[in-house]
Amino acid sequence: MPKPFDKLTATAAPIMRSNIDTDVIIRIERLVGNGIRGTLGKWAFGSLRYLPDGSENPDFILNREPYRDAEILVTGPNFGCGSSREGAVWSLQERGIRAIIGSGFGDIFFANCFQNGILPIIIDKAMVDQLAADIEATQGAGKVSIDLEAQTIVSPSGARHSFEIDPRRREGLLKGLDEVALTLQRDDEIHAFQTADRTARPWIHSTRTPASRTSA
Amino acid sequence: MPGRSLLEKIWDQHVIARLSEDTDLLHIDRHLLHDLGGSRGLLDLKSRGLKVHNPELTFATPDHALSTAPGRAGTSKIGMELLAALRVETAASGITLFDVDQPGQGIVHVIGPELGLSLPGATIVCGDSHTCTHGGLGALAFGIGSSELTHVLATQALIQKRPKTLRARFEGRLPLGVTAKDMILALIGHIGAAGGTGYAVEYAGSAIRALPIEGRLTICNLSIELGAKMGMVAPDETTFEFLRGRPYAPQGEMWDLAVKAWRELPSDPDAVFDREVVIDVEKIIPQVTWGISPEHVVGVDGVIPDPKAVDDPARRAAIETALEYMGLQGGAPIAGTPIDWVFIGSCTNSRLSDLRAAAEVARGRKVAAGVRAWVVPGSENVKREAVAEGLDKIFIEAGFEWREPGCSMCLAANGEVVGPGQRSVSTSNRNFVGRQGPRARTHLASPASAAASAIAGAIADVRMMGR
Repeated sequence: MPKPFDKLTATAAPIMRSNIDTDVIIRIERLVGNGIRGTLGKWAFGSLRYLPDGSENPDFILNREPYRDAEILVTGPNFGCGSSREGAVWSLQERGIRAIIGSGFGDIFFANCFQNGILPIIIDKAMVDQLAADIEATQGAGKVSIDLEAQTIVSPSGARHSFEIDPRRREGLLKGLDEVALTLQRDDEIHAFQTADRTARPWIHSTRTPASRTSA
Repeated sequence: MPGRSLLEKIWDQHVIARLSEDTDLLHIDRHLLHDLGGSRGLLDLKSRGLKVHNPELTFATPDHALSTAPGRAGTSKIGMELLAALRVETAASGITLFDVDQPGQGIVHVIGPELGLSLPGATIVCGDSHTCTHGGLGALAFGIGSSELTHVLATQALIQKRPKTLRARFEGRLPLGVTAKDMILALIGHIGAAGGTGYAVEYAGSAIRALPIEGRLTICNLSIELGAKMGMVAPDETTFEFLRGRPYAPQGEMWDLAVKAWRELPSDPDAVFDREVVIDVEKIIPQVTWGISPEHVVGVDGVIPDPKAVDDPARRAAIETALEYMGLQGGAPIAGTPIDWVFIGSCTNSRLSDLRAAAEVARGRKVAAGVRAWVVPGSENVKREAVAEGLDKIFIEAGFEWREPGCSMCLAANGEVVGPGQRSVSTSNRNFVGRQGPRARTHLASPASAAASAIAGAIADVRMMGR
């Protein structure tokens, strides 16, 4: 069940490169196995954070103070594009990230954020760029505030931006709702749909075939 | 009232409950599981004290973490554990598993269409972003994360926001040497890697209608590289002929009933799309990527972009970052760039027609010295059909390595990697940083272009190979 999200005032790190894909957020070999939860934080952005010899890359923003403790990322266009791996979100979460502000996100990554209590916020690219500039002007010392209830972001410069969010998703985050439990409350409706659909589209539901038919 | 699009028709048929103005609880008709996330989802469900809602609509196969070496030698300990867990958990839940060495095993996005599990008008999900592939049959198919995977296991339904619609029309006759892969890479180059974000893409036009199903699957496969998690082609006679007689396709009276319903699915002539793009395919030449996003693509006779010639500082910096990673010089021709690896495989391009196209180029020739070239069929059935046609012999005689079916070097989850700093021409779908292994450099291209490059030892224009 996701942790509720309402307000957050925290250090924010701008990572402004376009098209940061989920392979860059977390490499696949970190995700092979059923016991990976809790092991991923140190591998978030691995290929950017570490040099080939395994030491920290001092040029990468999350290796610098005060950004090391960032709970908010401010990101370039199309952040989280690519693979559906929810491990990308888990690795950010384990790294302490609670909100991501950008002009656009990969569709699947965006949905995965909500499932884990991370708030992805979409605002105009000009506003994202201004926010990043405001943060850099304070060398990261200026905090960013997010109020989900009020749907506002306050920049270190004091500038206030409002943002749009799907009302269902907003409520889900504010309350930390468990979608599986909510949907199971509608199990009667699911069964009613399936009963009618077995008549309308029987070919969808009769899938049990003898093994001899499995060679194409 | 305007007509309805293919997407709207399929969507509306699957609404169990309307949750808000634009969000619905949708029925899921097919759920495909693989070794990387399948057992994790089933264990997650068990830990919540829940059962699989509809095991008969759920199918599993190992593909990601499995070695593709002969005899599966070299599958890692953890890969073997995932395979064992998938076997145990699918058996416990009554889910059909297409296991190693059995007909039916293969890359999930190859076996779904091949077995007739993927059908027009069906909603299909899988914990893999390339699930959009199945849209080539006129299905509404998309990738989901682990949480949504558990949700589908528990409820056979999913909460989804209705996407905007984009129609990409490919018009004209495809020139010789140009393939479905080149069509979709050209579109990505045209509208960018985020051009389809938030949209379901419908591919249409005369060049799509003329494509066989395997080409349509390739096109839809790269929808996610366009930013769109759903891509689809309206079903037609080509679709029905492809599906007829497949193991899980409906038969007899049920087949007739299904085809009748499927004929109703194509977008109405007056359907309205939120965005429309038209591509003249006669102008497309074989495509190859030069950078670290699929949008970093040029014609094989083109030059690598020169950052010095770009005014916009953000774009210039992006090109510089990409060229530094790729070890390339801006302004140089892309053709002739020496390579170390060729990978022919993946859910994009590992079907029989892909292997035939590559074999046609490789026949009677030799892989260049210093190049390692792999052919990884997409499924056990593809492998057997290719062997029956003698394609394996053509590849082996030309110096390619012929492997067992699986995802292999597309995502390098199985120890099969391109080495640091090495350069590969790959028929897969992602040229991301480190995708084929830490610091590996990937150039995406079609199977024919990849085979031509293997022979040349450098990125090559298949049209110059004289076949």
